[in-house]
Amino acid sequence: MTVKELENKAKEIRRGILTMIYESEAGHIGGALSCCDILTALFYQIMNTDPGKPKDPDRDRFVLSKGHCVEGYYNILADKGYIRKEELKTFSQFQTRLIGHPNREIPGVEMNTGALGHGLSSACGMAKAGKMQKKDYRVYCLMGDGEQAEGSIWEAAMFASNYRLDNLYAILDRNTLQISGPTEQVMKLEPLKDKWQAFGFEVEQVDGNDMDKVLKAFDRLQKVNGKPKLILADTVKGKGISFMENNVKWHHGTLNQAEYEQALRELGKPDKGGEA
Amino acid sequence: MKHTCRKAFTDTLLELAKEDSRIVALTSDARGSAALNKFVEELPEQFIEVGIAEQNEVGVAAGASTCGLIPFVCAPAPFLSARSLEQIKVDAAYSNTNVKICGVSGGLSYGALGGSHHAIHDLAAIRPMENITVLVPADARETRWMTQAIARTKGPVYMRMGRNEVEDIYTEEDRKKFRLGKAICLKEGRDLTMIAAGELVCPALTAAKKLEACGISVRVLDMHTIKPLDEEAVQAAAQETKGIVTLEEHSIHGGLGGAVAEYTVQNCPVPMKIMGIPEGHVVAGETCDLFPYYGLDEESIAENTKEFWSTL
Repeated sequence: MTVKELENKAKEIRRGILTMIYESEAGHIGGALSCCDILTALFYQIMNTDPGKPKDPDRDRFVLSKGHCVEGYYNILADKGYIRKEELKTFSQFQTRLIGHPNREIPGVEMNTGALGHGLSSACGMAKAGKMQKKDYRVYCLMGDGEQAEGSIWEAAMFASNYRLDNLYAILDRNTLQISGPTEQVMKLEPLKDKWQAFGFEVEQVDGNDMDKVLKAFDRLQKVNGKPKLILADTVKGKGISFMENNVKWHHGTLNQAEYEQALRELGKPDKGGEA
Repeated sequence: MKHTCRKAFTDTLLELAKEDSRIVALTSDARGSAALNKFVEELPEQFIEVGIAEQNEVGVAAGASTCGLIPFVCAPAPFLSARSLEQIKVDAAYSNTNVKICGVSGGLSYGALGGSHHAIHDLAAIRPMENITVLVPADARETRWMTQAIARTKGPVYMRMGRNEVEDIYTEEDRKKFRLGKAICLKEGRDLTMIAAGELVCPALTAAKKLEACGISVRVLDMHTIKPLDEEAVQAAAQETKGIVTLEEHSIHGGLGGAVAEYTVQNCPVPMKIMGIPEGHVVAGETCDLFPYYGLDEESIAENTKEFWSTL
């Protein structure tokens, strides 16, 4: 896909996120919007996956460590055909498998996540297994910034660099807000780039809401061998919706009808040059 | 003869791993405690050292299991079952991954090292989790059969072993008696049933034989599978004998005794005595001192069972 097509796809996924949260009156909207461009880049451009063969042993793996931001993930799985689009309406409903956090009953989901700080360990296990079995697949793990305070993340970071897991790509959705407020007020995380470099990662810091830059960052990292990689993605919580951007109130806020309509208007229609 | 379960475990694991390259061993700087040195030497490419990081250890194992490996996590039970409890809950049990969590030096194995090193809450903590099988072998041979069985059975497992040598209970001929989820009847009896697990199976059996001489006929069951519980065997014990004594190297809350009580109280109420470690001030010491202190040596078991019988 071209960059323009991917940007339009991200816009379509954002609409899906808004609709899902508006209809279900549940969800983590701010973080879902901040990581939407990264998810779109991964599933439509970077990763080697086949929705028709979700258990293909050679598939690339994806782990959503920030498991609460499922809305974009579920919309992508439906759009790609892992699940039926009508099923999206069951999000957060009684006995659905589209729970508020991903789980392995859903085709395309590799690990049940939701408890923070777990995903990178699972991803390390997948990457290490790939190395042990001499497979070429890659493992992608999307983390939140709030969960950087979990000690287990750094246990996993040490492991990844100890075993030179260059098939592991961690992405840090650095939207600078967590549920109680700015991350730097809740628990100082910076300097994150230095920390990840010190733990042995090749780090690319980019604007995580700029599709072109995200793709180029992955391109650059793919050329690095012998060490794990991290994309430090500077993003905006609530990206794309003016009244949600950088507003912690929208960590898991739900929308009323007026807000929903305004949000859809702000997203607008796909730009010319993209898919209809 | 006496043998150590952890040695039987890793010897068996090495044999299995030589036959099946999907089997890998992980440890958190516990090659010595888990008796893994030979495994590391012979199959270094099937071994993953994680460093002292039990949370990551279980997470890595769970991730690796989704890619076709059969990971055996080998680490001291007190740390493995507590430090990584959330990883056991989410990455192993809830995710229903094919991870074998093998806690060595369980119970009071590290008795002299103090409460930080006692693993007497693990069964209570892990037993209620979905999908997971919970196992406690009684001797080295049973450990071997158990290890073979879990390697070929899909799904998460918590298996807890002791550190010290234990008296053999089984011979090679007993192998056919072992099945996951089925208690093994070691002695028939009419009056009472002792349901024991792990290192307490041996003293329970000896105590039961002593009680025979006092005119009390005691059935002895080795309940090596704590979960899923062999309800049929428990039901038979409740109906065919007049009381049940449970014995475990674990807190009296929530372990084997808890499992048996949960079943009987709702299905076949029967007087029970739960023998294990009561809540209270943590006492440090070797197991040879701690077992009598907690009434878990053969003499105390016989004495306390006699007293229980007298109340029925």
